[in-house]
Amino acid sequence: MITQTLIRALDRKALFVVALLLFIAVAVPVSNLYLPEGHPLRVPDHFVPLFGKYLTYAMLALALDLVWGYCGILSLGHGAFFALGGYAMGMYLMRQIGDRGVYANPVLPDFMVFLNWKELPWFWHGFDMFWFAALMVVAVPGLLAFVFGWLAFRSRVTGVYLSIISQAMTYALLLAFFRNDMGFGGNNGLTDFKDILGTPIQSGTTRAVLFAASAIALALAFLVCSAIVRSKLGKVLVAVRDAESRTRFLGYRVDNYKLFAFTASAIIAGIAGALYVPQVGIINPGEFAPANSIEIVIWTAVGGRGTLIGPIIGAVLVNAGKSWFTGVLPEFWLFALGGLFVAVTILLPKGIVGAFTGGWSALKARRASARAEEGTNLSGDLKTSPAE
Amino acid sequence: MSVIRLVISMIATLLLLAATAPSMAQTDPLQTLVQALPKGGYAEREKVILDLAGTGDPRVADVLGALGKGDLYTLKDSGTVIVATGRGNSLETADPLTGKALGAVDKSGLDKIRVNNRLRRAIDSAVGQLTLMGKDPATRLAAAQSMLKTTDPAAIGMLDTAIAQEDDARVKTAMEQARAAALLKSDAALENKIAAIDTLIAKGDREALAFLTGARSGASADLLPAIESGIKSIEDKLAFWSALQNVWYGLSLGSVLLLAAIGLAITFGVMGVINMAHGEIVMLGAYTTFVVQEVIRNNFPGLFDYSLAIALPLAFLVTGAVGVAIERGIIRWLYGRPLETLLATWGLSLILQQTVRTIFGPNNREVGNPSWMSGAFDLWGLSITWNRLWIVIFAMIVFAVLLAVLNRTPLGLQMRAVTQNRRMASSMGIRTPWVDALTFGLGSGIAGIAGVALSQIDNVSPNLGQSYIIDSFMVVVFGGVGNLWGTLVGALTLGIANKFLEPYAGAVLGKILILVFIILFIQRRPRGLFALKGRAVDA
Repeated sequence: MITQTLIRALDRKALFVVALLLFIAVAVPVSNLYLPEGHPLRVPDHFVPLFGKYLTYAMLALALDLVWGYCGILSLGHGAFFALGGYAMGMYLMRQIGDRGVYANPVLPDFMVFLNWKELPWFWHGFDMFWFAALMVVAVPGLLAFVFGWLAFRSRVTGVYLSIISQAMTYALLLAFFRNDMGFGGNNGLTDFKDILGTPIQSGTTRAVLFAASAIALALAFLVCSAIVRSKLGKVLVAVRDAESRTRFLGYRVDNYKLFAFTASAIIAGIAGALYVPQVGIINPGEFAPANSIEIVIWTAVGGRGTLIGPIIGAVLVNAGKSWFTGVLPEFWLFALGGLFVAVTILLPKGIVGAFTGGWSALKARRASARAEEGTNLSGDLKTSPAE
Repeated sequence: MSVIRLVISMIATLLLLAATAPSMAQTDPLQTLVQALPKGGYAEREKVILDLAGTGDPRVADVLGALGKGDLYTLKDSGTVIVATGRGNSLETADPLTGKALGAVDKSGLDKIRVNNRLRRAIDSAVGQLTLMGKDPATRLAAAQSMLKTTDPAAIGMLDTAIAQEDDARVKTAMEQARAAALLKSDAALENKIAAIDTLIAKGDREALAFLTGARSGASADLLPAIESGIKSIEDKLAFWSALQNVWYGLSLGSVLLLAAIGLAITFGVMGVINMAHGEIVMLGAYTTFVVQEVIRNNFPGLFDYSLAIALPLAFLVTGAVGVAIERGIIRWLYGRPLETLLATWGLSLILQQTVRTIFGPNNREVGNPSWMSGAFDLWGLSITWNRLWIVIFAMIVFAVLLAVLNRTPLGLQMRAVTQNRRMASSMGIRTPWVDALTFGLGSGIAGIAGVALSQIDNVSPNLGQSYIIDSFMVVVFGGVGNLWGTLVGALTLGIANKFLEPYAGAVLGKILILVFIILFIQRRPRGLFALKGRAVDA
């Protein structure tokens, strides 16, 4: 009931959100490129990639929300899909450097020359073509999520166990990508990019275009997610979240629904990663760190899980806060972030958007969140998980 | 009085005479030989060295040692052989045989007696043979070992005499091994060589393996099978010991994992609370040790060896109190919502880390090992460090105590009752919130004393906890939630598996393989090795 009204309410807002994102996609680049220096409405150069980064984070949070907020799967490994998408894009960008690297090798990236490798490893072939890299951005995270999800959901690994093994997955990938022998640049990752699609990656125009691309991609992801959750399929996902066993007993193949949501979410995360890398100019194994994946969860939680707009707001707010804090009071950022985790889970279980839609008055909000809590209680991740 | 004085002075004179006698007696054959050292070329000198060694006089060792080091000179004007040591232009001289100081002499008045590599070898083996007959067993052992390295077939006779006289079993074995190694190189009869191979097989270490592989290349067809089988048996033996060493390393890593995970087994396993701040509580325990050691260092340096004994209860109290505070402040609002608990405690872990970083700084803090925990000893073929051994023992004690607490005390009974059926327990008059707080406090306290142990083998830094948290969860999930035995088996299995994978796959890849294994294992047994059965699972 609550969820349905929530969805309907968001449904009315969906158009607004998409329109807003498209407006940003046009307005920010235009203001940066065409307004004169010092104009009050001009977005400064360094803000363009920064905001672009927030948008890719928002997309990542949206992807997590699809599985966590709507399907009850708390993945602590979504950073891995993001990073894999990022690595696929990074490999394309590395190949575009060509002979402009330090060692001027036309084929091998610098780190391979440095490691005395003679030829390109097999998995680097094809990444000189953009279409192939773009395919891999979708395919690699999607495939990993499919295999992981297929194994996990089929054997009914749920709740906390799933969270922990998804964390183990990203941790294993972190360790693997730190190895030089893996052929992904080891500790330093991939960086020093020059061109993307033939245009210099550092130029203002490219950055503006990348920003626009991120905003449009986010809008598209929002539309896709919104379509998913509004469809019958989305209703089943919510049913799985709220009462998995009951849904299974009603005859739905719960595993398949979860697998679909998980894979779709991983693909969105991968695309977000691919847009993230050219804007920040580096991808390294640190992106696989379990801490990063947990941070994604907090963006979603702050904004409000189980709503589609919540994760976007949460990701932008938390990251803007992080940028501000690390500039002003770097040593207090972890206090603030940690406090946010504690405060949001205890005081705002439905996040900002959840509290907002619950009603204006404090009393009403309290009641709504109490009722919403009852709902989540029933979904009870360990509680109603099926007996062996 | 005067008689006594007279006797004393007479004895002193006699002693003095006795001490100076050899140098006075120019007829001493040793003296003649020493004086012959500078004469002629290297070939003649080698002959003199062999003659010197042939005398068997222990004093010869010093002379030859000095010659080998290049400290033996002749005085230009008299041609007398002396030992000269020191730096600069003026050297301190002494008589080579008696060691009596002869005063400082300018370098320009001295001629060095030169040696080449061939002579050095001759000197080494001569010195080795001489010390082989020495009085001190340690010297004889050192000599036998050095002869094992040189393996000179010419020394076999010497060794035979030495072995016949030797009564120290250890030294005798070393001599026999040296003899066997030398025998293999010589052209002795076949059966002697085979006996030598047997001696080397009994020695059975890498050195013996090297001798046998060295002998294989030049061996006759009759000898080859014996050498081959000897190499094989030594290799098998070495493989066995290295496997055993791996088991030990694995046990040691496993008990570290056990210590880190066992507190989690209580909070996660018994209470179903995901405490992501568990690693930070371990870290708090380690920092408690640091503070205790600082206080002791500054105020009571004599108590340093007891610092861990003092730190253990303190760490338990500190972290237990922190645990109770966490449970009362945060976790009790989140029962039944495990995923939210996970997030809140993660946030808490960030806060704890940053707090410690603010107070103690971001760098590693030095926590010392008490004397009884440093060093190592050899057990058969294994090298075992004391701190690892103590940690294995300590982990087992902690495990046993915890098991006893859970199964034999009223608190344990109440804890199990609350875990199995909260409402029924509450109806029976158990104050469940109180039990919750104490259980969480117990789990945290155990984590704290794990921190004391880990401070002995790991860097004490604000990141200490993070490096253990994932491993601990793996152990608990692998072993099976809600079962301490599962945690024990899980920790030891993962530890040993990790150490066996390391030589083949490398440390990092080994760890990745373990993680992948656990991910796959969870698919097969979603509730771990030792799963709770029945209704308790869903409670």
